[in-house]
Amino acid sequence: MATALSTLSLYFQYPFVRYAFIVGILIALCSSLLGVTLVLKRFSFIGDGLSHVAFGALAVATVVNVQNNTLVVLPVTVTSAILLLRAGQNAKVKGDAAIAMVSVASLALGYLLLHLFSASSNLSGDVCSTLFGSTAILTLSAADVWLCFTMSLIVILLFICFYHKIFTVTFDETFAQATGINAGGYNVLIATVIAIVIVLAMNLVGSLLISALIIFPALSAMRLYKSFRSVIIFSACFSVCTAAIGLVIAILAGTPVGATIVTVDVLAFALCFALGSLLPAFHRG
Amino acid sequence: MALLVCKDVILAYEGHTVVENLNFCVNSGDYLCIVGENGSGKSTLIKTLLNLRKPFAGEIRYGDGLQHNDIGYLPQQSLVQRDFPATVEEIVRSACLNRSGWRPFYTQEEKKQAQNNMLKTGVLHLAKRCYRELSGGQQQRVLLARALGAATRLLLLDEPAAGLDPQAGEEMYTLIKDLNQRDGMTVIMVTHDVSAAIQYASHVLHVSHKPLFFGTAAGYQQSDIGKIYMCRAKGDE
Repeated sequence: MATALSTLSLYFQYPFVRYAFIVGILIALCSSLLGVTLVLKRFSFIGDGLSHVAFGALAVATVVNVQNNTLVVLPVTVTSAILLLRAGQNAKVKGDAAIAMVSVASLALGYLLLHLFSASSNLSGDVCSTLFGSTAILTLSAADVWLCFTMSLIVILLFICFYHKIFTVTFDETFAQATGINAGGYNVLIATVIAIVIVLAMNLVGSLLISALIIFPALSAMRLYKSFRSVIIFSACFSVCTAAIGLVIAILAGTPVGATIVTVDVLAFALCFALGSLLPAFHRG
Repeated sequence: MALLVCKDVILAYEGHTVVENLNFCVNSGDYLCIVGENGSGKSTLIKTLLNLRKPFAGEIRYGDGLQHNDIGYLPQQSLVQRDFPATVEEIVRSACLNRSGWRPFYTQEEKKQAQNNMLKTGVLHLAKRCYRELSGGQQQRVLLARALGAATRLLLLDEPAAGLDPQAGEEMYTLIKDLNQRDGMTVIMVTHDVSAAIQYASHVLHVSHKPLFFGTAAGYQQSDIGKIYMCRAKGDE
């Protein structure tokens, strides 16, 4: 235990580790806030689909040798998010099929492009770290850290400002529209924010594991709590705690960051699930 | 001056005409029931009245200074709501968002108003309870309280008694009648329950691809079409 603590304090002496820690927790917080809305709107899979789009965009950016990947990946992902969420209601291809289609197409295309044109000597290593996350979170550049930090703050502020409206639009879109709330506008806002969160979270857990950050906190909270506000608050706490524990374990045991965080999520979800079944009395407002 | 006027309206759904030659008006204090079979365009009509979709032709006019956000709406329940974690209070309060603009929180007055509406529909004691654990009748009352929060003058109700047992349905209709008579709320209600329409409404509009009848409830009872449908409704029971 003492050695574990001393290893930790050794690591935390490095500013980049501290920054990574803060950024990881902020990202986890953002994704859990939006996760509740996504799960309730029956869009759990959108995180997965969008992260594959982001992977495809990242591949294109790498191939054409763009300096700052985020500048390419972010707009592409935001556009796809808006198209997918809007198309959900009245498209020829229905919501879930559209997401599945876009997601595999961009995954395949991205890998193909990388395979054909990438100059990197360690292609499978690069791809693996994009898909599953890597220790990359610990080696983020200062610019990345600031970008993540600012974006996360924007997401959290937006969420707080529009909390009640997001609730209405999630609970009953038709009613919201009928009483003169611009539901379409809020859907676009939600889609944009989700896309931002996903692009940020790719650094933390990689594109294949992002869905875990979105769904596990929400599902665990819904298992235990019964009001929208407590569900949101609990899922935020859940996400922050599991991300922190996962990061610490990853540092100490040298395991992959993304996979470790997700495993902690799964275990914590199992715990909440058991608590929810064992203690009906625990259910409160 | 009429609150709402429909003039030569044609409604179409994905290119197919659903209802045509729709002419009717609703005056302040009326209780209009729109009856007709499933698929006869009742829900499409409600959505058009709410301005959620455009009529294919014709004109729908709000009169007497009626604004879009004076209208309260009780939609049919959606699948999403069945397992939604939200308390009754959260749902009822969400009604006043259409007037709050950019303000991110509720004022004391809005909270008070939500309280009143819960009292009116008899769900105040359930305020802290979770919506998904309530009975069908209670859920409808919660949604009605929310509709009241958005409504200052006109309530549009889409099958408020659908899926309720007869007693809960009866209570729901009585409650709506009270709101109409005691609080002077104008009500437009879609239902396939013809006997309820005659019992509670002041006016009836019967649609089946074209309007078959529009007039007072008493007049409907005397009309041929009304007699046929009432017989049919009795036969069902």
